[in-house]
Amino acid sequence: MPIRITVNGKRRIFGGPPFKRLIDVLREDFQLTGTKEGCGEGECGACTVLLDGEPVNSCLIPVGQLDGRAVKTVESLAAGERLNALQQCFLESGGAQCGICTPGMLMTASYWLGSGGSKDPSAVRNALAGNLCRCTGYQQIVDSVIAAARKRKSRA
Amino acid sequence: MRGIAESMAWIRPRSAREALERLAERPEALPLAGGTDFMVAWNAGLQNHRTILDLSRVAEWGSIHATKAGVIVGALATHSTLQRHPAIRRDFPLLPKACALIGALAIQNRGTLGGNIANASPAGDTFPPLAVYEAIVHVASREGRRAVPFTDIFAGVKKTTLRPGELITAVELPFPRTRPKRSYFRKVGTRAAQALSKTVAAGLLWLSSGGAVEELRFALGSMAPTVRRLKSAESFLRGKRLDGPAIDHACTLLERDVSPIDDVRSTAEYRLAVSRNLLREFLENQR
Repeated sequence: MPIRITVNGKRRIFGGPPFKRLIDVLREDFQLTGTKEGCGEGECGACTVLLDGEPVNSCLIPVGQLDGRAVKTVESLAAGERLNALQQCFLESGGAQCGICTPGMLMTASYWLGSGGSKDPSAVRNALAGNLCRCTGYQQIVDSVIAAARKRKSRA
Repeated sequence: MRGIAESMAWIRPRSAREALERLAERPEALPLAGGTDFMVAWNAGLQNHRTILDLSRVAEWGSIHATKAGVIVGALATHSTLQRHPAIRRDFPLLPKACALIGALAIQNRGTLGGNIANASPAGDTFPPLAVYEAIVHVASREGRRAVPFTDIFAGVKKTTLRPGELITAVELPFPRTRPKRSYFRKVGTRAAQALSKTVAAGLLWLSSGGAVEELRFALGSMAPTVRRLKSAESFLRGKRLDGPAIDHACTLLERDVSPIDDVRSTAEYRLAVSRNLLREFLENQR
């Protein structure tokens, strides 16, 4: 039974084994290698994608559970070479260093900003609690998300 | 070793009835809900060549609804859904507090209450709240249904009293006769998010108009193979005023109902000391 998933707005069909993990289907079958695997245990959040708009760990989901559902990966954020506001803020505030945690950070932060999350630093830290970074010490990441929240406010 | 997708057999029922039928035919099949625990072991290559009964399409087990007697939480309700549900937030606030501290958001969006129970970890964070609310676990098989008092669902570490062919369908939270005067939840782990509990506590307290204890319910997780109610301290304090000596004695009684161990997360000594402090914090109304 082929599995039908909408990935970044495009309808895709996966005909392989239903127990293949979402992260492997994204990377190997759909060539969307932006999503990274960190721990493979649901601890680090590097593999975070949005499932029907909510963050999940793509290393913990067999793709067979996703028939008819919609997934958004980090590739959905930029328009071609043009970064979105959040990505631009990560660039300007030094929110990305080695880059492994960045796609997951961006997806969790996208959900936070999109669901009306505030620019309060401790609330932002709490929102990102499931995404680990071993490089930045988090301050620049928190700064990036706060900067994006400010831009969102000024646009609104 | 890694998980080998091709080694897994996949059964995907569309309804509760079909799920129970298929499980009766294949009682060795492993029911899969959110997968937040199972997939960790599978990724490590420890669960290849299994037959999986995927429950993700069984919509009737995902809903939450209130009745006159209480709130019925479908086994497939996620920790995120539980945190948002108004009736649960109002009448059973310790449960959403616990759900908010399970893993982080990405785990809460997938992990389910039924999965948490079926998994039967000694450190299950929803268990102390469910124990003090005296929840009832509804289970079903092709042959019929039964209702199990919450603490009777556990047989030991990672073991339940579910029989072959049985699945958890819902968890019933009965409304208490009166609103408790105080309620308490606190989890102690290594860091604020993503931590497994060293100890985890939930408490409810009803006081008479004169200030004596009408009823105390206090439960601890990570302190024994299964969640434990502190029966000795609870019955000792019934009818007593919460003065210094009564609280001191209740705290010494705590260890009668638990059997903490040294493990990778903590030591028995630390767990006991902290658990006593949590009970004291609740009884002294410091939080």
